[in-house]
Parts: sequence; C-alpha cells; structure tokens
Amino acid sequence: MSTATETIEELVKTEYKYGFVTDVETESTPPGLSEETIRHISAKKNEPAWLTDWRIKAYQYWLKMPEPTWQFVKYPKIDFQAISYFSQPKPNANAPKSLDEVDPKLLETYEKLGIPLRERSRLAGVAVDAIFDSVSVGTTYREDLAKKGIIFCSFSEAVHEHPELVKKYLGSVVPYTDNYYAALNSAVFTDGSFCYIPKGVRCPMELSTYFRINAAKSGQFERTLIVADESASVSYLEGCTAPMRDENQLHAAVVELVALDCAEIKYSTVQNWYPGDENGVGGIYNFVTKRGLCKGKNSRITWTQVETGSAITWKYPSCILLGDGSKGEFYSVAVVNNMQQADTGTKMIHIGKNTKSTIVSKGISAGRGQNSYRGLVEIRKSAENARNFSQCDSMLIGAKCGAHTFPYIEVKNTTASVEHEASTSKIGEDQIFYCNSRGLATQDAVNMIVNGFCKEVFKELPMEFAVEAQKLLGVSLEGSVG
Amino acid sequence: MSKQPILEIKNLHAGVENKQILKGFSLTINAGEVHALMGLNGSGKSTLAAILAGRDGYEVTEGTVNYLGKDLLELDPEERAREGVFLAFQYPVEIPGVNSTYFLKAALNEIRKHHGLQELDAIEFLALVKDKIKLLDLNEDLLKRSVNEGFSGGEKKRAEIFQMAVLEPKLAILDETDSGLDIDALKIVSSGVNKLRRPDSCQLVITHYQRLLNHIIPDVVHVMADGRIVKSGGKELAFELEANGYDGILKNL
Repeated sequence: MSTATETIEELVKTEYKYGFVTDVETESTPPGLSEETIRHISAKKNEPAWLTDWRIKAYQYWLKMPEPTWQFVKYPKIDFQAISYFSQPKPNANAPKSLDEVDPKLLETYEKLGIPLRERSRLAGVAVDAIFDSVSVGTTYREDLAKKGIIFCSFSEAVHEHPELVKKYLGSVVPYTDNYYAALNSAVFTDGSFCYIPKGVRCPMELSTYFRINAAKSGQFERTLIVADESASVSYLEGCTAPMRDENQLHAAVVELVALDCAEIKYSTVQNWYPGDENGVGGIYNFVTKRGLCKGKNSRITWTQVETGSAITWKYPSCILLGDGSKGEFYSVAVVNNMQQADTGTKMIHIGKNTKSTIVSKGISAGRGQNSYRGLVEIRKSAENARNFSQCDSMLIGAKCGAHTFPYIEVKNTTASVEHEASTSKIGEDQIFYCNSRGLATQDAVNMIVNGFCKEVFKELPMEFAVEAQKLLGVSLEGSVG
Repeated sequence: MSKQPILEIKNLHAGVENKQILKGFSLTINAGEVHALMGLNGSGKSTLAAILAGRDGYEVTEGTVNYLGKDLLELDPEERAREGVFLAFQYPVEIPGVNSTYFLKAALNEIRKHHGLQELDAIEFLALVKDKIKLLDLNEDLLKRSVNEGFSGGEKKRAEIFQMAVLEPKLAILDETDSGLDIDALKIVSSGVNKLRRPDSCQLVITHYQRLLNHIIPDVVHVMADGRIVKSGGKELAFELEANGYDGILKNL
C-alpha cells in the first residue's frame, strides 16, 4: 500500500544538480574587509578615481549602519571579516581576447550548467554574460548586438568603455545609502552586467547573465545596470547556481533598471543557488536589492522571478513609477523546502499620474521551510488615478512548513484604487490520492498541482525559460511528498 | 464461454486504527458483469472501494484480493490505475489550476505507457475526447475548467464517468455515484455507465438506494451488512430491498 501519510512529511533526497566545484586556480584576496580591501579591488580593476571614491563613501556609510533585523528569517550573525571579497580564476599571462581563448575548464563549467559559450554551440537567440565568482569570463553575441547600437558587456568593461553612462546611472535607482546590503555591495562590488539599449531599438534577442559562485569562503557582490532609452525594449534573464558547501556564502547583489519614455524592460530571474542540505547546513544567503525606475512617461518594468534555491532569499524587486502612465509588474514564484527561508515581495511606489501596478505572488512551502510575502503599495499624493492589483497566494505541502503575508498599503491620494487578494491552500492527501487513482505517480501529481498553482507567473517568463522553470520547480520539490 | 474472473476477493478483513470494518468479505466479479453492492451507511461499502483503489490508512489483517492474476494489495494506487482499476469517487476533490483536459491526457498517457503503447499527442487526444463527450452527452465547457473546480455535485459525478469513458478501465468501481444527483443527472450518469459496459471489463456499482438500479441493470446484487455480504441474488433482490427495506432482509437471514 502507498504510504502517503508518512511520506508527506518526508523530505528532499535529491542531490542538488549543480553542486560540483570547478577545479581552477583562483586568485583570491585574503578574507577581511577594510578600506584597504576596497582600494585593492578598485586597483585590480584599474578603476577611475571617481569610482574608487564612491566605493569608499559607501563603505564609510555602511560602517555606521545597523544590520537590519525586521526580516522574517533567522540566521547566525554574518562575520564580514571572514569573507573574501574578490576571487577570480587566475588569468593567463595574456588575458583572453575572445571566448575561445578562455580557460577550457571554465567553458566546460558553463556547458555543464547548460550555458554553452563557445561560438559553435551558443544558445540561439540568447546573449549571455557569464560571471564566475567575482569576474565576467565572457559575453556572447556582443558584436551582433553592437551593430544595433546595443551595449552588452561586463560592468568592469562598461566602466572603462562607457564611463559617461555608468557615471550617470550608477546608484541613481539604488543609492548606496538605500540599505545595509546595498551599501556593502556599493563598496565591494566586483563585476556584473551592463546593458544599454539605444532610442527606439527593440533588442532582437534575450539578454542574460549567468552567475556562478565557485570559490569557497568568498562572497559574490555584483551589480547589474540596465538602461532602456526612449521607446527601447529589452527582455533580460538571470540565472544562478553554486557548489554544495557546508558553509553559508553571501550573495549581495544590486540590480538597477532605468526605463525612459515609452521604454520597456522585462527582467526575469530563475534563481537556483545551492539551498543547503535537508538539515539546513550550508547554502547561499541571497540578500539582493533590485529596483527599477520607470523614469519616462508610459514606460514599463516587469519583474518575474522564480526563486527555488538559496538557504535564505531576501529581496524585493521593486518599481518606482515616476513617469506618468508608467506600469510596474511583479510576478513571483518562491519555493522553500527543507530548512529554506524566504522573505520576498515587492514595492510599488506610485508617483506619476495614471500609473498602474500588478503584483502576483505565489509562495510554496514544503518541508520545514518558511515563506513570507512582504509587499508595499505606496500611492503618493501626486499619483492621480493610480491603480494597483495584488494577489498573494500561498500553498503548503506537509504540516511543518509556514506561509506568512505582510502586505503594506499606503495611500495618499483619494483617486487611487488598490485591490489586494490573498489565499492559502494546502496540497492535500486527497488531491494526491485522486491523481494516484488515475495513474499518476505522486511526484508527478505534486508537480502538476504546483505548476497549476504557478501558471499565472510562468506565462510571464520567456518561452524557453518557462519550460526550464517548470522543471526546476519539479526538482526543488522532489521528495517533498512521497 | 467460460467466465473469466477479473476480481476475486476472499475473506477480506480490514479496518482503520484497530476498528474492524470488513469482516470476511468475499466477492468474485467476472468479465462482462455488472455487480451492485448495496447496504446501509456504515456497512463498509466505501471502505471496500477505498481499499480496492489503494487509499492509505487502511490495514488489511486477513484475506486476499486477486485482480487479473495479480495480488492487488501489493500494488501502489497508481499501478492499480495503470493496470485498469478505476474508482469513481463519491466526493471527487477539486484541483485548482490544473486543466481537466491536461489532467486526463496525462492520466491516459500513463496508462498507455504502462502497456507499451505510444502516448497520444494533444490532437489525437482531443479527437478521442470529442467522441466520448458525444457518447455521454456532456457539456464541453467542463473540459476547459480546472479539475472539478467549481463543479456542481452533478457535474463532478458526470466528470467522473467521463474520465471512466476515456480511461476504459477493466474494473470500474462506482462509489455511491448516485448520491446527490437529481433524476435527470442520474439518467445521464447511468446511461453513460450502461454505454461503457464491455465484454472484457466489469463494474462494481456501490449504492445506498435502489433507484440507481432502475437505470443500471446489474447481473448480480449483493447486500452488505456489518462488513460482509449477507445476501446475493439477481436484480430482483434490489426490488425486494425496495419493498421490505434493509430490516426486512436482515431479519430473514
């Protein structure tokens, strides 16, 4: 006889698929954080003085900030002196000029992750910037994109090749004073992706950054900056994985998006950092600040995230709706299993007239996981006729997990319309038995039920990645029900 | 033609948490037959259905269940389904967000895979579905909705019969399919069941009331009391039951 009752409590036994380590010689700064560390990173990257100064200011500000404690996640105090802030694969005497000269071990790593970088085997229709620990190892399709005037390169390159753009927009959406981890990132960020879509250009392919943490005892602090000029549009995707290690590793990134008049940015994340084992040992702390500024009129920013990895996920991809008629959207699936914790959601700040925002959040909790939705809808006084619709659904699998919702609504303009819907459901043994009795195995039944639950979010993902996300969800929940 | 047994239950004792519910239940159903199992509430009818389908939480302490030469109790519920066992639920659950057509296609393909048959693609499946819908006189809209979500009681039962039509089981167990149905729905459901009779399969119709048997004509009627069959007979037994009630029958035993 099946033993659904017992196994519904039984947890993940699947190995994390991306937990391997690449054996590559690395060059890491010794653990520790000081002004000297920051000057060292800045010097390594041969940065202009204005950027070094900006980092130092951020660092000094960070020193004075208290660590935040309002989040609904628990973790031991992070020792910021125990982290190595810069780690890169040892460069060849001559830095690789093209991707085909990159260390084959690195190329292999990305191939294993399903992101081939070599010319011959590249993903069709997707340009990739591959970030390995603290540096970008290569960006595909750069030349093709350049023909349309699109800049897509690593952040370090952008600092040298497009300083005017970087200077203008860096910190313009997320200033270093914004929060504790944004300040830390501003001080020590090492690389990331930069993207600029010129006026009137629709980016012909998906742009994507693939983040990989490899080195032990290191943190990853990258910055992504995407600017869509007037009437430009771009769809961007990030993916992330890391080896299985017993220690917790910190990933504190900052993503800034700027959309000018009538521009559209669609930013999708499939986050699959190592989640730790079933007892909660190891895993990534994913403490990220993501924010988009709808600066121009009728601009639009869409965040779609599928968060399945990390020991702790703590982030609120947000939109500042400054331009009149601008739109912000947030579609999220967050899954916690075993001992994973997530406190995620969004902020929609309505400033311009006739601004609209949509929030669809799907939280899935299994094992002993704790999942919180935290969201702010703020309608400022200037935001005439602002509209918001929020929907927050939680699904529980098993009896030891938790789902929590913390919605904040602040309305300062009486013409606003704000709607909030919420639901909590449980995958019941009855549902699973019903599927079993029609010939479906339990795991397939859970996948089917969960995917049905997440449908509204998956349909927002670029086609290729929607399939990927569904599979990933299946893997994350594997073993959550017998 | 010698009769080919599909289901042979012998001396089944089973219960939940130390409470004995089935106490020596025996029953054989042959290919091509429709059996009706009648009894008062609490006589163990639904427990039997649950055990045959493989629901968790029941303990079998004695007896055997042979299904087409296999020990049914050894199989997981999904394996039973793939081998051709189908339970039409008394209270089908809702599965929000999962499209009915998608669900049924996945189920059918699991069964086909199990038998080494090619899986049906969406187009082939839709053609099959159209046929069955016509057969059962169903509203196509049901298929566009999520599994059982927001269905009325009658719609749920009809959807169960529809699934049965598509999955073509060898052993169909209908657990009080008539409960909660008005007379029109009852007619639709029973005419569906009648159309699905095949010489190589069998049906076990569990019911509390005789009225269903006005529409589904069983080959054998069994009366169940206190965990076992106390009387079996032809369809006239159902009329006797109608006339004298369960008390009348139990008194004369």
